[in-house]
Amino acid sequence: MKYFKYLILGTVFGIVLTKAELISWFRIFEMFKFQAFHMYGVIGSAVVLGVIITQYIKRTKMKSMSGDPIEIAPKKFSYARYLIGGTIFGLGWALTGACPGPLFVQVGNGYLVMLVAIGSGLLGTYVYGLLRNKLPH
Amino acid sequence: MLEFISQPWPWYVAGPVIAFVMFGLIYFGNSFGMSANFRNICSIMGAGKSCEFFDFDWRKQMWNIVFVVGTVLGGFIASQYLMDSNIVAISDSTITELSALGVENPGVGMMPESIFNFESLLSTKGLIMIVLGGFLVGFGTRYAGGCTSGHAISGLSDLQPASLLAVIGFFAGGLLMTWLILPSILSL
Repeated sequence: MKYFKYLILGTVFGIVLTKAELISWFRIFEMFKFQAFHMYGVIGSAVVLGVIITQYIKRTKMKSMSGDPIEIAPKKFSYARYLIGGTIFGLGWALTGACPGPLFVQVGNGYLVMLVAIGSGLLGTYVYGLLRNKLPH
Repeated sequence: MLEFISQPWPWYVAGPVIAFVMFGLIYFGNSFGMSANFRNICSIMGAGKSCEFFDFDWRKQMWNIVFVVGTVLGGFIASQYLMDSNIVAISDSTITELSALGVENPGVGMMPESIFNFESLLSTKGLIMIVLGGFLVGFGTRYAGGCTSGHAISGLSDLQPASLLAVIGFFAGGLLMTWLILPSILSL
């Protein structure tokens, strides 16, 4: 039962990604071609509201539902991992038309072949785990 | 109301709902990060035995796995019960351009169904777009420490310079692929 709220939240996320066509390969292509505002509007409005929410949480020292202080861990800054890793992900994003969340939602939409993409995504993550100590971060 | 639900949702509805989902996960004491689930699933499948990066107690990440199950369910519910048509309302210029690149029925269905199907896994084009694409997503997101949810939404919302750098990388890769490489792949 303690996980039920996550199921609901995940379901809401899956519905909005589908209903706003955010899982669409066509929308990702269109975004990278700057041919529509849609995707930028979605990400932009989520971030603007997200900044307000995050600042509010920090300034009011909001407690989580269980009463513990909310900690938002800062991300350790460096150049290599974010630029190189980010670029590699971007190449895959434009090929599959999906980031990790949408891959799962596409499966829910009936595109079962994307289970194969998820499988190779797992392999990609595993290979990263193996090479991690040899890669610049 | 029903009419509103069955139409495609505009960006100013979708963006705030996504911010709300992020807030929900933070309020429940966790965080918004989808790509972490690739690592979690690797760990569940026993990758911790051969690689210490996956040697952790994935049960503590169960909330995120349940969240993923919810996203699949949400995708199913929306596609089965909440969609009026299967047309994605992409711009005319996108349709024209994709047609010129040889993509069949641009804007029909969520993705080019002539490419994203099981048979095309036997073709070079399908292998590159589905298998290699998935691999790059899994490898790149973990290397970068997050994806669109963890960096572009959560990280930028927390004004993290690292996340801005990651998002610049996401777009560098996406633009490079879409403008320079994808046309050759689509013509295979």
